[in-house]
Amino acid sequence: MPITKSDVEKIAQLAHLELTEEEKEQFAVQLAAIVAYVEKLNELDTTDVPPMAHAGRDERADYAQRDDVISEGLGQELALRNAPDPARGYFRVPKVIEEG
Amino acid sequence: MEIIGLTVDRLHEALRARATSVREVCARTLERIEALNRQLGAFLTINRDEALRRAEELDGELARGDWRPLMGVPVAVKDNICTRGLRTTCASKILHNFVPPYNATAVERLLEAGAVIIGKTNCDEFAMGSSNENSAFGIVRNPWDAERVPGGSSGGSGAAVAADLCVVALGSDTGGSVRLPAAFCGVVGLKPTYGRVSRYGLVAYGSSLDQIGPITKTVADAARVLQVIAGRDPRDSTSSNHPVPDYLAALNGEIKGVRLGVPREYFGPGLDEEVKDAVWRAIHRFADLGAEIVEVRLPHTEYAIACYYIIATAEASSNLARYDGVRYGYRAEGARTLREMYRRTRHEGFGAEVKRRIMLGTYVLSAGYYDAYYLKALKVRALIERDFREAFARCDLIVGPTSPTVAFRLGEKMADPLAMYLSDVYTIMANLAAIPAISIPVGLSREGLPIGLQLHARPFEEATLLRVAHAYERAFPFSHKPPL
Repeated sequence: MPITKSDVEKIAQLAHLELTEEEKEQFAVQLAAIVAYVEKLNELDTTDVPPMAHAGRDERADYAQRDDVISEGLGQELALRNAPDPARGYFRVPKVIEEG
Repeated sequence: MEIIGLTVDRLHEALRARATSVREVCARTLERIEALNRQLGAFLTINRDEALRRAEELDGELARGDWRPLMGVPVAVKDNICTRGLRTTCASKILHNFVPPYNATAVERLLEAGAVIIGKTNCDEFAMGSSNENSAFGIVRNPWDAERVPGGSSGGSGAAVAADLCVVALGSDTGGSVRLPAAFCGVVGLKPTYGRVSRYGLVAYGSSLDQIGPITKTVADAARVLQVIAGRDPRDSTSSNHPVPDYLAALNGEIKGVRLGVPREYFGPGLDEEVKDAVWRAIHRFADLGAEIVEVRLPHTEYAIACYYIIATAEASSNLARYDGVRYGYRAEGARTLREMYRRTRHEGFGAEVKRRIMLGTYVLSAGYYDAYYLKALKVRALIERDFREAFARCDLIVGPTSPTVAFRLGEKMADPLAMYLSDVYTIMANLAAIPAISIPVGLSREGLPIGLQLHARPFEEATLLRVAHAYERAFPFSHKPPL
């Protein structure tokens, strides 16, 4: 299936990704090639195949969960240490509400 | 004594005999890194001061007669595995300044076992790539031939082990990222069963596929590292309760009666003749050692890459949503609104391959395409897993090449993403089926480049995998060294 530049723009918007004009054109071509390749899967009849939704299906895996016990988190100071713009114990960001 | 190039057991003999100290080992290793890293590009961060401080601490323990399983072993850690207080970038501009406030569980266990973190290794950005050319901080050169790639995505770890810039390394393997660099660099790489090693602190790429694994000079060293890092972790709900056996004790040289399955699909078109010959020669050697060779089928092999690139990118597009410039890492300057800040941060912070995979993953998950692509891929994944279950009814291990070619040239596949993806044709099967696999070196090409052989086992049968690989290595040691 062809992927147009406007498809690329729509996907980029969903992914919160700004792209240059050049990137949009390049991705349209490359994504179309990759999507054409993965359509190979349609050769297979999977009508009665249940999807493998997660990897731990082996009976030996025994992915037991832990008890629901409260434990120490990182704490505010450590959690903010890598923040680009911390302010008074918060993550500061640009204006959230956009003007119409 | 010469302490560069030692394996863990040789290093331990020397430490026990007081022929060297942890401090000397680390200092010599750091010197070698400083001498060779400019040309190889294997390390992004060198942990010099802390490594030497810790070495002295461990020498103190040794003097008191204390011992630990990885005592004094210089370890290189892939830069997508969190190390407390030590920059962890995922080879991405978007995390260029990230200093984790905690250790990955695998790192924590290495430290408890007495290892020394010598530095953080280069990789493809967020582990997305097969050649290490997608790093934001420069390429890694293959120690065997500076014009060739080391394989990816754990290319820095593979090159560091091959070039003796560390004794062992950690990599991560989502579609072959431990095994491919191991094959291209002539060393051993193990991808454990999904859930065998905790993923806590491994920066997520494809969460249903990711596993941390060792890259080492010998199979015994891989067993030693796995012994330390394997096991349940309350911080990773997909880590398994399955008991961890004694992997070193399993290395008894026994190979008689082991049924080795050879899948016809792993020897089809696209496989380089020299690689094919070397792998077949090794299969005959397994037979000479007493293994029984049986033919098996993995009929869905040809669908694996398509299946993988849907599932891995879908998971990646979701996992990488967290890099938005709010809590850590890079933030674009001067954005007037939050949304603009997100979009520009991600535009400026991510490289081309990461953007491509986020785009593909977003597309296959988007309304109208989810069933056609993502759900379809999950069903094909189930078929691939079933292929292995059926094959393992007839054999104990499955053998084949790790990669269709030896290390390719720098730049050769960068213009064609799909051609690059095809390098993973034999490795991604293990990730999709959640089974363990190991790559071991079995020879050199006419041009002097390493050739890797891959063995797969049933889930949680790493002990069998290691035992058979070790028996081969003992009978036919790979004694070549890169011309550095």
